[in-house]
Amino acid sequence: MNFPILSSLILLPTIGALFILFTKSTSGKYQSSKYVALFISLANFLLSLYLWYVFDKNSVDFQFVENREWLSGFINYKVGIDGISILFVILATFITPICIISVNATITNRLKDFLIAILIMETFMIGVFCSLDLVVFYLFFEAGLIPMFLIIGIWGGERRVYSAFKFFLYTLLGSVLMLVAIISIYWITGTTDVEKLYELGIKAEYQNLLWLAFFSSFAVKTPMWPVHTWLPDAHVEAPTVGSVLLAAILLKMAGYGFIRFSLGLFPIASENFTMLVYILSLIAIIYTSLVALMQEDMKKLIAYSSVAHMGFVTLGIFTMTQQGIEGSIFQMISHGLVSAALFLSVGVVYERHHTRLINKYGGLVSIMPRYAIVFMVFTLGALGLPGTTGFIGEFLILMGAFEKNILVAMIASLGVILGAAYMLWLFKRVVFGEMHNQELKSMKDLKTFEIITLSALVIPILFFGFYPEPLMNSIEASVENTLNMYNFDLINNFVSKD
Amino acid sequence: MENFQYILPEIFISVSIMLFLLIGVFKKNSASLIYNLSNISLIILLALIINLSSLNTIYLFNESYLIDNLSNYMKIILVGSGIFVMLTGSKYIQVINLNKIEYPILILSSILGMMIMISSNDLIVFYMGLELQSLALYVLASFNRDNLLSTESGLKYFVLSALSSGLLLYGCSLTYGFSESTNFDQILINSTEFNYGTTFGIVFILVGLAFKISAVPFHMWAPDVYQGSPTSVTLFFAILPKIAALSVFIKFLYTPFANMNDQWQTIIVFISIASMIFGAVAAIGQKNLKRLIAYSSISHMGYALAGLATVSNQGIQSSITYISIYLVMNLAFFSCLFMLKRNDKYYENIEDLSGLSKKHPILSFSLLIVLFSLAGIPPLAGFFAKFYVFLAVIEQSMYFLAIVGLLATVVAAFYYLRIIKIIYFDPEKEEYETSHNIGLKITLAISTIFILAYFIYPSGITEIVSKITMI
Repeated sequence: MNFPILSSLILLPTIGALFILFTKSTSGKYQSSKYVALFISLANFLLSLYLWYVFDKNSVDFQFVENREWLSGFINYKVGIDGISILFVILATFITPICIISVNATITNRLKDFLIAILIMETFMIGVFCSLDLVVFYLFFEAGLIPMFLIIGIWGGERRVYSAFKFFLYTLLGSVLMLVAIISIYWITGTTDVEKLYELGIKAEYQNLLWLAFFSSFAVKTPMWPVHTWLPDAHVEAPTVGSVLLAAILLKMAGYGFIRFSLGLFPIASENFTMLVYILSLIAIIYTSLVALMQEDMKKLIAYSSVAHMGFVTLGIFTMTQQGIEGSIFQMISHGLVSAALFLSVGVVYERHHTRLINKYGGLVSIMPRYAIVFMVFTLGALGLPGTTGFIGEFLILMGAFEKNILVAMIASLGVILGAAYMLWLFKRVVFGEMHNQELKSMKDLKTFEIITLSALVIPILFFGFYPEPLMNSIEASVENTLNMYNFDLINNFVSKD
Repeated sequence: MENFQYILPEIFISVSIMLFLLIGVFKKNSASLIYNLSNISLIILLALIINLSSLNTIYLFNESYLIDNLSNYMKIILVGSGIFVMLTGSKYIQVINLNKIEYPILILSSILGMMIMISSNDLIVFYMGLELQSLALYVLASFNRDNLLSTESGLKYFVLSALSSGLLLYGCSLTYGFSESTNFDQILINSTEFNYGTTFGIVFILVGLAFKISAVPFHMWAPDVYQGSPTSVTLFFAILPKIAALSVFIKFLYTPFANMNDQWQTIIVFISIASMIFGAVAAIGQKNLKRLIAYSSISHMGYALAGLATVSNQGIQSSITYISIYLVMNLAFFSCLFMLKRNDKYYENIEDLSGLSKKHPILSFSLLIVLFSLAGIPPLAGFFAKFYVFLAVIEQSMYFLAIVGLLATVVAAFYYLRIIKIIYFDPEKEEYETSHNIGLKITLAISTIFILAYFIYPSGITEIVSKITMI
């Protein structure tokens, strides 16, 4: 098939953004641009679903590959997807329309600029998951900082400037070392094409340093303890939609990067540093869960829970087992849906009551029954109850971990209990209990568009929780291939040393 | 004598300068006329240079003048940016009452001096060109003579520049003394063996050149001169002398002193690292936009020099690409500065940008693009500039330079972000005038689109620059 379907997927949101840029609104409310944005993002979603439909799930090769000369002989623009990346692409195209529908509630000024920022952001997000060249990947990975910086900075809360700067500088600092590593790879091997690099392999003596350089970038983005501190700030100050994008997709870029680049390109180094990742992941799981227990701000609580969940993801990836990696991917998708939903739910009450402090709420179940139901589903999804996507991810990760290191797995299991503790406690304090605050009485239950967005998230969380087969099918072959390559490289290295 | 056709551009511009001087003397109130004529003559000059650019290496006048790919490319971007500098500044000098006949004539003579510098293949010719451009620049810096800051900057620039010229001359004389020639190629042939005299010569010459390019530790003049000079002159300072000085840098390092790269490589690496770090750190506390851009240009010159430190064609080409993209970013930035006008007064403090995005969305968007590009964030042009430089630097395994350079970009990103913060996140102030002259608008549009769309076809400049080989 010659039609450049991935490039159109990447470019379509930008074209939409340009279209919005040149539309004028007579009323000043820019309702029409919202419809344009929604239309574009839905079209993109349908396109990605079509992609999933025609995607050959049994093949381990990259599909829909486009390869164009770009940087005069050095570097080609190369995009393509395998079973792993297609899920993230769909996640990105799925979350964006939900964000655009939710814009109604949270963004009052400069709606047009906001829509443009979201659409541009979508371009970069899809680009990250599609790129098959390190430089192209870096380009998309870094470019995403610009719209996110603006989203936090312009439409954020009180301490938005501090948070936006912290977000930007932390991520940039992590990424510049990755750029050094990418250029080094170019001079060591003569290419930055991921597929070619998989074939060529990188000499063992370079791997450790290169791995660390990539790690510095991904660890900040994941975020792993101790460089996670930008995340709570960014989440708390970002507008609801910004938090959703950040939690659902931006954090996944790093997890995806670990699987595709750290494991794929530097297997020997990954093996060497496994223990480091285990320890950092365990600290993230236990420590941030404890921190989450003590939070008084709902958004901050969910932000810390994100760090803990991403700790599971990194743990799962570095178990280097089929179950662990599949679990991690599943956990990322699940967390993408659940955390997006949780942030939207917080947005719902924040928009009505203008506070995110947990102790200002209580007894919402009596006045907002519908809200209580969906919030419960999301809470259960977050704590990993069987029947939700959260369970399958955590279960597989722990299975993988038990196979490799029982102690690590046991400590990680504690995180599941802590996760249940802080999520249920949050739910209890907000939704159940007595209604102390009389102002809450005037709060209305969910509006139509909120029902649409939240139920759009409930459905996949429950559906894939009971029937994970479609997702598992899609990633199975690719994960197996990644692991085969990984083990092959390790054995080769072992043999060559003897 | 049949060689005169090759220096037709230089002859043409000299004749134009003299002609404009005569017009200025005999015709009353001819300032605007001369300004426009100068602009036209620059366009013709550009056409003449492009016409010659198909030629290969040509030596003229006893091999003291050289026309090759490097000089052609540098002259094209020099004169090209000269045209845009004139276009953007035309309204500004009228508003602040500087529209005198000397202004365009001084700019033209300075450009002539730079062209001679770029093409020189001999110490004496080089020095002649250097002094011609410097003399014009002294006057231009203090052109707003009723303004205290402007006169101060002119004087400061003169004193420090004269000192550096003295050092440069001393270096030239040492080099001449030990290598028995003033011709670049001859110096190269005669300096195959190591001797201290030539090494000292290199050091002194590099000091002089580093001063012209405002690299640390010879940068002290830059912030004051940038701030004090009229903005149109600051724009000139920020672009054209840098192009000429970088070109001369390349020429000195890779023609007469090519054999001694082990001597000068450490110096260039040091200057480059110092400029990158100092430029990034010192800009953080600035309140004046012109002062800030002075520090930013110091750090940008650090990156351009990093390419030169590699002793490879790739590195030279990356530096040239860097300066080409740098000049576009500066043009865009200053075009935005020229638009901050209210009631015939220009604003140049960072605080004046507060909340600009609400009333002036397009201007703010351009500034946003320019500032992110200056910070080197992909996918904007500034990222590619840095990318090429680091590609060349890492090819030579100079990891320390690369890592320090990239960390400095993170520090530098902070103060660019601060400006963006003030434009986008802060409460709005009074509105600025929205009617601007067409030249300014065109410059801003072209440069912004260039920066924004560079990633679509990034090999354009690289392919042209790849013809320039020095080793």
